[in-house]
Amino acid sequence: MRLVCRKYVSFFRLRFSMGLQYRVAALAGVVTQFFWGFMEIMVFRAFYETDAQAFPVSFASTASYIWLQQAFLAFFMVWFMENEILDAIVNGNVAYELCRPVDIYGMWFARSVANRASRAVLRCFPILVVAAFLPAPFGIMKPRDPVSFLWFIWTLAMGFLVTVAFCMVVYMLAFFTVSAQGLRILCVSAVEFLSGLVIPLPFFPEKILRVMQALPFAYMQNVPLLVYSGDLTGRQLWRTAALQLLWLVALILLGRALWLLAKRRIVVQGG
Amino acid sequence: MITMEHVCKSYKVAKRDAGFKEACKSLFCREYETIQALSDVSFTIRDGEMVGYIGPNGAGKSSTIKILSGILTPDSGTCDVNGRVPWKDRIRHVKEIGVVFGQRTQLWWDVPVIDSFALLKDIYSIPEEIYQANKEELTRRLSLSELLRTPTRQLSLGQRMRCEIAASLLHSPKVLFLDEPTIGLDAVSKLAVRDFILRQNELHGTTVILTTHDMQDIEALTKRIILIGKGKILMDGTLEDIRKSGENMDETVATLYHSYGI
Repeated sequence: MRLVCRKYVSFFRLRFSMGLQYRVAALAGVVTQFFWGFMEIMVFRAFYETDAQAFPVSFASTASYIWLQQAFLAFFMVWFMENEILDAIVNGNVAYELCRPVDIYGMWFARSVANRASRAVLRCFPILVVAAFLPAPFGIMKPRDPVSFLWFIWTLAMGFLVTVAFCMVVYMLAFFTVSAQGLRILCVSAVEFLSGLVIPLPFFPEKILRVMQALPFAYMQNVPLLVYSGDLTGRQLWRTAALQLLWLVALILLGRALWLLAKRRIVVQGG
Repeated sequence: MITMEHVCKSYKVAKRDAGFKEACKSLFCREYETIQALSDVSFTIRDGEMVGYIGPNGAGKSSTIKILSGILTPDSGTCDVNGRVPWKDRIRHVKEIGVVFGQRTQLWWDVPVIDSFALLKDIYSIPEEIYQANKEELTRRLSLSELLRTPTRQLSLGQRMRCEIAASLLHSPKVLFLDEPTIGLDAVSKLAVRDFILRQNELHGTTVILTTHDMQDIEALTKRIILIGKGKILMDGTLEDIRKSGENMDETVATLYHSYGI
């Protein structure tokens, strides 16, 4: 068991340290995300000035939501897929991965987690620090209390894993299509909208929101960000956290089932 | 001991004629053609043997290697490598084999080669002292000491191929599959790779199965040759069986391909 874990830890370590070496990319990312954050906040400010009553959450909450979203973007962006995995499936390099004594699903999962974590680590601190020093309604709010902060950390981690588990399903589906591009674009645009990356989920009309909450995408970034701003508490929070865990398990099972299916009909392309 | 008995494998390939109209038609009604990559392939290879597996492009060489290394599942037939069915017991099977695909890379592109080696050590759960001993031996025999600290992307093809071969032998596999290991290499690198493979077989008794288009590889390395064409085993014999005195190897093989109509 220890040796088995070691394989995945070692994968994680190599991918993580590899991610850390792209410093210019990280700098560019930080700048982009600052800019994007500011833009979004300005747009929302214009909306709030028209009629603050029309919104389900306060402006300060929205600003916090946006900054945290930008800081932890690498955790939740579905388009941060492991291109190497998709390429390997499409061009046949997956042959090498298949002749290693490891479980492919576990190996790719560890790799995706490491890749996203290394990006987030490089990017989140500058954004969090600056956002914390911005004047009151524009910056990031202080955490409300230790308990809700712990809830934030927990749901953040779970939401992150739900995102990775969803990407794993996409990778496995790539075994069944000739090119992964179409699949990728379809998933990315749908998920960005449905997970609240474009517009925070509470801003959607009640009926649409109910549909969205029945999908796994509402349990990615939406949950931790609402927990942080205090818009998700008490029984509602317990229920949401349970559903989040349920979706994580369901997506992992789906990914693994697809892998078992793919394994039997695998075609290694090219040469 | 490796045995393959009556192995068949087919692929489905989408086909269409040229032109825009045909492309639109194929959106709705796609024609598939079944290509028989392997039909009724059987052979046995003893421990410590070196076997050259030759045939024209698309004959089924790579498919065979992929089935033997547990990557592909055949449609029918049985296969046994050291007492295991490769695709059924994949994880335990691959621990005992090493594979080099000459046209692909197993080293991580952006990190020094030594990091890829360290990862392989953990993936194969190689004990520290065995890893160190193997690494030292391979470094010496393949002259890698200058290369190990260089990122893979900055190695030349010949340097990379030496590292690839070392990477596939770190866990002391009993069987080594080489799929076109000398493709694209210059004369010096080719000789180095051949010499290394020969010594590996002598020193460690590693069973080597080699596919190649380079007849000099075959001449230098193997006594036994299996010839495959259109998915069928056409000949299983020695180099002497196919060689006629005086002719060069490429011509001999071309004549051989012609005589089988492939």
